[in-house]
Amino acid sequence: MASTSSNSGSMRVNRGLAEMLKGGVIMDVVTPGQAKIAEDAGACAVMALERVPADIRRDGGVARMSDVEMIEGIQASVSIPVMAKVRIGHFVEAQILQSLGVDFIDESEVLTPADETHHIDKFNFTVPFVCGATNLGEALRRISEGACMIRSKGEAGTGNIVEAVRHLRSIIGDIRRITQADSAELFDWAKKLQAPLPLVQEVAELGWLPVPMFCAGGIATPADAAMAMQLGAEAVFVGSGIFKSDDPAPRARAIVEATTHFRDASILAKVSRGLGAPMTGIAMDEINQRYAERGW
Amino acid sequence: MPVVGVLALQGAFHAHARALKQLNVEVREVRLPHDLEGLDGIVLPGGESTTMSHLLISSGIFEVLAQRIADGLPTMGTCAGLILLAERVLDARPDQVSCSVLDVTVRRNGYGRQIDSFEADIAVKGLETPFTAVFIRAPIIEDVGSDVEILAVHNGVPIAVASQNVLAATFHPELTSDVRFHELFLNMISSGSTAHSGR
Repeated sequence: MASTSSNSGSMRVNRGLAEMLKGGVIMDVVTPGQAKIAEDAGACAVMALERVPADIRRDGGVARMSDVEMIEGIQASVSIPVMAKVRIGHFVEAQILQSLGVDFIDESEVLTPADETHHIDKFNFTVPFVCGATNLGEALRRISEGACMIRSKGEAGTGNIVEAVRHLRSIIGDIRRITQADSAELFDWAKKLQAPLPLVQEVAELGWLPVPMFCAGGIATPADAAMAMQLGAEAVFVGSGIFKSDDPAPRARAIVEATTHFRDASILAKVSRGLGAPMTGIAMDEINQRYAERGW
Repeated sequence: MPVVGVLALQGAFHAHARALKQLNVEVREVRLPHDLEGLDGIVLPGGESTTMSHLLISSGIFEVLAQRIADGLPTMGTCAGLILLAERVLDARPDQVSCSVLDVTVRRNGYGRQIDSFEADIAVKGLETPFTAVFIRAPIIEDVGSDVEILAVHNGVPIAVASQNVLAATFHPELTSDVRFHELFLNMISSGSTAHSGR
């Protein structure tokens, strides 16, 4: 039987990987050992980084792309997709990660931005990108630059879900309002959101973003994960919430189960039992740097 | 109207549901054993097979699902879903479970990482014109048993197969707007569990 053209790095192929991660949990890991624990627990992907956001917050200084050797060590230790972070606008870090064969690049506000005006032109890459967003305009600007997945930013490293909820509600609320708008009003929406009109029109027609939307930044418990899912997130990223808790492996398993059975309160109750202490967490008025404000 | 389940533990279950709804079937998300009651067919979607394997066990659904499929429930598996049906799985974790109803040997991530993912127009037995197949960190079928019919190949490798009540592909028919592959599955359901289009 005949076969024709192949098309690596196409929008469909890259948005498709995001589609495959739906309903799953992507876990931050800093060592191959943690990556194994995450895979053992049922993570659908891992995010390889040098320090989890809670430690970046504590240590201060400039946070950059992780050490290449460390990323390769994690790639070698698991068979699930491996993601890694680059600084906002740092296209050379992205070139390096692509050459390593990382499966997804997170252009992340958790790292110190490299460019205060421009995000990476993600159409120049074969590898797919995920970007954070606090509102619909930001999400659509990232998609217009080629992002294949959006994650609501939340506030990384806090173990506090409140910002993730704010961002999810903002994005999804505006999507809902746009679907009610008439064609003339969409021009005004595009102007207000500072987003390309064709993408605004696409959102109005689909009633959703043209790419999957996941939730990140502050998830620390199975209930947090299920809440994000019930609000409309299609999967969750858990950063510090697992490996900054007392007993990471059972908590990781519980968050995986909660993300699948997110509407089933009896299962949520069952998996929430006996997990030990979650990460301590920080209230928003106790932090001096909001990562979510990074990105333009 | 047939009732088709989509295993909704993790992965591309929404995309399969969307395709099936276009073909006027009632779609049910399947997460727990009681969701299997009264189904006319089930789809095991793509996603991460290690994750789904884990959740099949923790949800208590694995054994009853495997039994229903072994008893003849029409089943379509795509990508990770194919892995969950295969009798022999390579490069998997030792604790990964499979329903073991499809006589093939499959290697996880056989094409490599995401940068090696691709799409290609392929000829599928039973479809008149080529079908755009999207491969995402796809598995490779390395060997098929004598009772397994090969429906499509790409670069000499089988990418779609059928056997009794099972239809499976290493690509993702749910990621395009073309629902003809899902139609093949519905034909299999409507013609009785052991026959399928093209045989």
